[in-house]
Amino acid sequence: MLDESDLAALWITLRLAGLTVVILLLLGTPLAWWLSKTQRRFKAVVEAVVALPLVLPPTVLGFYLLVALGPNGPVGGLMMTLGGEPLAFTFAGLVIGSVFYSLPFVVQPLQGAFAAIGRRPMEVAATLGASPLDRFFTVAVPLARPGFLTATVLGFAHTVGEFGVVLMIGGNIPGETQVLSIAIYDHVEALEYGHAHWLAGGLLLLFFLLLLAVYVLNRRFKVV
Amino acid sequence: MTVTIEARFLIKRDDFTLDADFTVPAQGISAIFGASGCGKTTLLRAIAGLEQPARGYLKIAGEVWQDGERFLPPHQRPLGYVFQEASLFPHLSVLGNLKYGYKRLPPEARRVDFDQAVTLLGIAPLLARRPEGLSGGERQRVAIARALLTSPRLLLMDEPLAALDRQSKTEILPFLERLHEELSIPVLYVSHAPDEVARLADQLVLLEQGRVRASGPIGEMLTRVDLPLAHGDEAEAIVEATVAEHDEAFHLAHLEFPGGRFTVARKDLPLGQPVRLRLLARDVSLSLERHEGTSILNIFPAKVETLADENPAQLMVRLDAGGVPILSRITRKSATILALEPGKPVYVQVKTVALLG
Repeated sequence: MLDESDLAALWITLRLAGLTVVILLLLGTPLAWWLSKTQRRFKAVVEAVVALPLVLPPTVLGFYLLVALGPNGPVGGLMMTLGGEPLAFTFAGLVIGSVFYSLPFVVQPLQGAFAAIGRRPMEVAATLGASPLDRFFTVAVPLARPGFLTATVLGFAHTVGEFGVVLMIGGNIPGETQVLSIAIYDHVEALEYGHAHWLAGGLLLLFFLLLLAVYVLNRRFKVV
Repeated sequence: MTVTIEARFLIKRDDFTLDADFTVPAQGISAIFGASGCGKTTLLRAIAGLEQPARGYLKIAGEVWQDGERFLPPHQRPLGYVFQEASLFPHLSVLGNLKYGYKRLPPEARRVDFDQAVTLLGIAPLLARRPEGLSGGERQRVAIARALLTSPRLLLMDEPLAALDRQSKTEILPFLERLHEELSIPVLYVSHAPDEVARLADQLVLLEQGRVRASGPIGEMLTRVDLPLAHGDEAEAIVEATVAEHDEAFHLAHLEFPGGRFTVARKDLPLGQPVRLRLLARDVSLSLERHEGTSILNIFPAKVETLADENPAQLMVRLDAGGVPILSRITRKSATILALEPGKPVYVQVKTVALLG
């Protein structure tokens, strides 16, 4: 069964994934909207940067984040001068890393969903007297609902599954920065296959149910 | 001083330039007419503020919506826009669609009553339905009601019937006519279908390759022989008449217009009802005397105004019948025999009259 450190890892993982998704939806939605509308050449650069975590080895991303967040890095150094702690090996550091790592999984479905709406519904809303922000929330967001669902689930699941980045910038501090995927790795290393089975099997089931929910809901959205 | 819609726009694209300038009265239906690709839709979008960058000037009934300094964004222009495709919001019910613009209007600014609009367009039974369950004609009626419910000071319609099949078209046309009769909202109606224009429009703006070739009252524009509208097999004149008398014995109705009276097969039209008649130029013949021994009932005096070449064999004659312009297409030979020239009095014989609507 699960012991106390397993439960702690589960809790940290869920908090990390939940927080990351919330932050990504807040930052990613305007970014995805801009990407879906803009005609500027600069767009390609932004798209490439957003997609980078898809292809970059997680250890590479983790390495640069470690350098940046550590006491001698720009971000960590700034935190120190402000009287705080460097962010490497902290939960906050994990959140920052996860936001970068899962960015494409949130931005790309949203961008696709926004682009699929086309110009017309927003123009109709404008001629019906809705201001740009009004029509964004009353037309674009509801019409992009499948995209939001996909983005949320993919962003959450991808954060839960991350390993390399977390290992690089979070270390493996039980109760603080030890997440599920690393706990499983530790159990396997220690030949505790029973523990590993419980955690791995639990995750497998959880993700299957999550994806099932996405597909069922997305089908319903289309019909409704 | 008459209340007008004044529009001037200059839009330059790589392959197309719109340089349009027109003024029409701010009442009734003004058709923006022209071939596909002449810039009708772009012009309408510019009026709605949807086309940028558009240099222009737009003044609606005394209010400037756009000039060199001001650009009222689309959501601040009090207009309704009916697109070619109904473009209903798929995530809202019919009622939700209708209320979208309506509820964004302060109650004191609502001049079109909700129930009135719903009744006018016959969509009361559809309110709870979702857009994807509606027929094309039903969707377009909902879209028209949705636009009306913003109490627009100007209604823009971009070929609202073009995407519909013939049956849906005939289903919607009566609603558009009622709209015309019951609401005092000026309409700019983009179309490339001459029959729709003849039936609905009061004014016509003729657009050619991004420029306004001419504009004016529909009866005048259709019969101006210097314009392409007054040529070809479909050249026609439009006459506004009223139902004056019923002939019970022969089942006919007499319709009066300033130049005389028409007799048509009786339809159930109440006395005093205004009707619009269409006279195809090819159905109108001319003679110097009033013939008695003829089966043609519709004969009245007129004066020749202009003669224009149609083709080597035929001429188009524009006539004045009590101030109403009428077209007649005759052979060059007949014109010579009758010695037709401007100012000459003749008798007009009309073989067929079509009642529009």
